[in-house]
Amino acid sequence: MNEKYFQERIDAEKKIEPKDWMPDDYRKHLIRQISQHAHSEIIGMQPEGNWITRAPSLRAKMILLAKVQDEAGHGLYLYSACETLGISREKLVQQLHEGKAKYSSIFNYPTLSWADMGAVGWLVDGAAIVNQVSLQRTSYGPYSRGMVKICKEESFHQRQGYEIMAEMAKGTAEQKAMAQDALNRFWWPSIMMFGPQDSDSPRSGNAMKWKIKRQTNDALRQDFIDKTVGQAEVIGLTIPDPDLKWNEERQSYDFGEMDWEEFWSVVNGNGPCNKQRLAHHKKAYDQGKWVRDAAKAYAKKQELVAN
Amino acid sequence: MEENVTVWEVFIQSKNGLAHKHAGNVHASDKVMALDNARELYTRRNEGSCIWVVKSEYIVSSETEDSEAFFDPSNDKMYRHPTFYTMPEGSKHI
Repeated sequence: MNEKYFQERIDAEKKIEPKDWMPDDYRKHLIRQISQHAHSEIIGMQPEGNWITRAPSLRAKMILLAKVQDEAGHGLYLYSACETLGISREKLVQQLHEGKAKYSSIFNYPTLSWADMGAVGWLVDGAAIVNQVSLQRTSYGPYSRGMVKICKEESFHQRQGYEIMAEMAKGTAEQKAMAQDALNRFWWPSIMMFGPQDSDSPRSGNAMKWKIKRQTNDALRQDFIDKTVGQAEVIGLTIPDPDLKWNEERQSYDFGEMDWEEFWSVVNGNGPCNKQRLAHHKKAYDQGKWVRDAAKAYAKKQELVAN
Repeated sequence: MEENVTVWEVFIQSKNGLAHKHAGNVHASDKVMALDNARELYTRRNEGSCIWVVKSEYIVSSETEDSEAFFDPSNDKMYRHPTFYTMPEGSKHI
């Protein structure tokens, strides 16, 4: 009975709210997806934080600082949404540290040059936006509202990245080569951010039925590629895929095979930066412990004084 | 695992004269920190002129599942709406 009423609400495009009845698997799926999304925002601060002290101008530095601060904010919106499902933030962080919760594999790649700040903003945030725009219509109310807020803030991120790429592409031959190199390294990991192909994606069945996801991995990936190819052409850079070509019949781009072996290897902990990212997060968390303890002790003391 | 920090609901008045609207929540151990965190998290783009923070535990909510019964008493009182009344032909400004 409950399950039937639940599905009817979903089918009628009604949002599910925290206190509503929901199937256990719906709750579990959401906790896994939202926490992975939250952890991605938080871990995603590292590859960009890497360049704050070395930004090439004061303007670039201020922008990058604001962007990294936004990522922290987005992580917090998402942790809040996840907590409404009955799991504490402390537990979520613990799951990340124990490797039980994942974050997007893209952040396990290093950012080697300033052009990577361009590629990350343009491609990684660009791919995230395509996914997040679609998730604004997700069936879980708090997640949907978080996505709306995030999408509003995210488009500056992509534009600042594209601006960096455009500037470098019309700079010296060396600068243009750096931009092309960044595109070469980030292209494939970016399009793999949408996850396995639909034929290999066992979880999407329920996620689509419950309208947690509104579009499949492949549909989102195609949307991103179709949007991005023209942007590369405008700034004179080449997408590193020899099989990429316009398909008149589909009104979409055909593209080459993705290297899923590499994808799964990075997901399973063997990317260039997996260990470093997690170790850095743990260290920051441990080093902040005395601050959290002091804040709690102060709050307790205030309460005693008031009573 | 560390013990949970207090959760505070955040309400923002976007412009002087308007009502405060729920924006989300923050974690903070005391009220001053709750206000600071709310400012950093929800007003990075000049979204507010005033912020309220309230401990989440003090929010009381009706149940969505009972909403039909809960709001039923207002359904059959059409006479609370101005369109219920027949005005004489030719009357103006009413």
